[in-house]
Amino acid sequence: MMRWLILAVCASFSLSAQAGLRAVACEPEWGALLGELGGDKVSIYTATTAQQDPHHIQARPSLIAAVRNADLLVCTGAELETGWLPLLLRQSGNAAVQPGKPGYLEAAALVQRLEVPTRFDRADGDVHAAGNPHIHLDARNILLVAEAVSQRLVTLDAGNAGVYQSRLADFSRRWRSAMQRWEREATPLRGVAIVVHHRDLAYLQNWLGLREVGTLEPKPGVEPSSAHLAGLLASLPTQRPQLIVRAAYNDGRAAEWLSARARLPVAVLPFTVGGSPRAGDLFALFDDTIATLLTALR
Amino acid sequence: MLNRTVLAATLSALSLVSLPVLADDASDLKKLRAEVDALRKAYESRVGELESRLKQAETKQAATPAATAAATPAAAPASADKAARQSGDTAFNPAVSLILSGTYANLQKDPEGYRIKGFVPGGEIGPGSRGFSLGESELGLSANVDRLFYGQANIALSSENEVGVEEAFIQTTSLPAGLKLKAGRYFSGIGYLNEQHAHTWDFVDAPLAYQAFLGGQFGQDGVQLKWLAPSNTFIELGAEAGRGSNFPGSDRSRNSSGAQSLFGHVGGDIGASHSWRAGLAWLRANPSAREHSDIDLAGSEVTNTFSGSSRLWVADFIWKWAPNGDARRTSFKLQGEYFRRKEVGELVYDKDGTASADRYRSQQSGAYAQAVWQFLPAWRTGYRYDWLDSGKVDYTGNSSNLANPDYKPRKHSVMVDWSPSEFSRVRLQFANDRSRENQPDRQVFLQYQMSLGAHGAHGF
Repeated sequence: MMRWLILAVCASFSLSAQAGLRAVACEPEWGALLGELGGDKVSIYTATTAQQDPHHIQARPSLIAAVRNADLLVCTGAELETGWLPLLLRQSGNAAVQPGKPGYLEAAALVQRLEVPTRFDRADGDVHAAGNPHIHLDARNILLVAEAVSQRLVTLDAGNAGVYQSRLADFSRRWRSAMQRWEREATPLRGVAIVVHHRDLAYLQNWLGLREVGTLEPKPGVEPSSAHLAGLLASLPTQRPQLIVRAAYNDGRAAEWLSARARLPVAVLPFTVGGSPRAGDLFALFDDTIATLLTALR
Repeated sequence: MLNRTVLAATLSALSLVSLPVLADDASDLKKLRAEVDALRKAYESRVGELESRLKQAETKQAATPAATAAATPAAAPASADKAARQSGDTAFNPAVSLILSGTYANLQKDPEGYRIKGFVPGGEIGPGSRGFSLGESELGLSANVDRLFYGQANIALSSENEVGVEEAFIQTTSLPAGLKLKAGRYFSGIGYLNEQHAHTWDFVDAPLAYQAFLGGQFGQDGVQLKWLAPSNTFIELGAEAGRGSNFPGSDRSRNSSGAQSLFGHVGGDIGASHSWRAGLAWLRANPSAREHSDIDLAGSEVTNTFSGSSRLWVADFIWKWAPNGDARRTSFKLQGEYFRRKEVGELVYDKDGTASADRYRSQQSGAYAQAVWQFLPAWRTGYRYDWLDSGKVDYTGNSSNLANPDYKPRKHSVMVDWSPSEFSRVRLQFANDRSRENQPDRQVFLQYQMSLGAHGAHGF
């Protein structure tokens, strides 16, 4: 027994002896951003996939082990991970990534949040006191988070500061020019009325000027009910939406139901990196998102 | 800047072009010139004003990088307002949660005098009371104490209006090398279910093995040290030493620790859809005059005491599945634990009467296995099978008064629960409990469990 344990411990030490800074990203978009900014200087573990709802994750043993070994944690914050991140932080026993330390970064704290509630009542569904946490689909927010992430990389791994700074400059340049292109391409979307599944596209709507006129969920985080969908269907003639938009991780049945009855196209957005076969990195995520919306609108 | 020059140039050009056409006499020309000048000045001042406003906006944005162009006017005042409201003492209030639960139980056999045949009773055992009853209301408070410690308390309010401290501990947050030290009253890290609070269980009651070997759940006052290995696979080792006043231990007036435990857990993922954890634990308690009631061979109820050493081994395993690791629509969970206990020491038979003391030895085992399937987003169903083996019990000299019944208790439980949100759950459970020989007890439970306040943790 003892010999087996010692062997296991030795094996585990050798396993974790990887070069460079170890980062854990709570969501795939921050994993992709760390990849852009850190290159081969940073090894990245992404805690969730595009197929998972980041609200509903359990503090699995694998995640605890990943946080235990991390030098930097990049998460969305704004209570998106409230069910599992505090538990990971506590169970990992890793002092370097506790809130307030340079190893802990909350992206939502860096941007102006939308839909900050003035009423806190669980009867309103899954509301977040800090506002809507799904900040990453506004391309301008990515730039703000990129700067902060890069600063942290420099702080934590000063030896490679030059690499991180030049990678940030390169990323920012490419991102700004891509952003101009996206904004140009997305002009037909301005003012388009849409029905969304969950209020997770608020920042995209704000950026591109899409207008949300209804949600498939009766309340945030509450599964669509037939009564609510029937009410929504009845309201459509006055609201006149042109599209139903949902994220890849949302259950598609409610959107299909409404689409069949209201004869509206459904746009399934990748939502994050890995959410569609095309959305392989951050640039492709936005390319695919805008292309999907434009195709559905046609 | 460019715009301004262009505008000025255009205006000048206009004045020049228009001159020959309109200039009939000198006074008209002067008038026109004055008008154009006035127009130019007006435009220049407006453009200048716009420029300064633009500059102001730019510097403002540079000063507060948090504010993006995405900001809605409504969002900023709301968050500022919230920050103002949260200042002062209340901003440092700990996270507060309250669990509310209630049960209706229909039990075929009277739970009074419930015992698991062949097992020494201790702690909280049995299916609870008949009819309507309030479950434990549990008040939880937690927060970081300072930069070094985290603190948590769970106060249980029983339906009999008694207040109990379920857990009240502090834990370090900043020890190096993956070490964590906990002190106070806590649920021991042995097994899988032991550390979890009753409101997170998948069934109304604890498995029979937990009731027989740990009196429901093992908590104690003491210290716990945990170490998490720096590996990609989850490897956690822990050790505890404490008062050991709860079953299988007993309260005693000694300086030394009354119960010690060692445990290890390993776990990980297999692909995106599967995750697992396995553990092995050892618990030693040193009860001194631990009392329990028993029925002797003459059929009369007696109170016996045990002093000596009680050693328990627990092996646990859990496997969870969800398609792509997304458990909102459907998921499956398989879990089991095996217990083996050895008790060696002295048993006093009928301490208030005969009081005959002699050596005592027992070796007993038990286990449970359960499966829970989430078949719709808010609906789950589960089955649990409990079995115990009263094993070998040697009463030596007391065997003329007491005998090992050689019985194997069994229990089947089936449940369905509905969770409209993360904060509420209603459960219906049927059980056939064969803890008592030849007296199967059919049990029906209807239970609600709800939580107020702080968001519950999604433990594995």
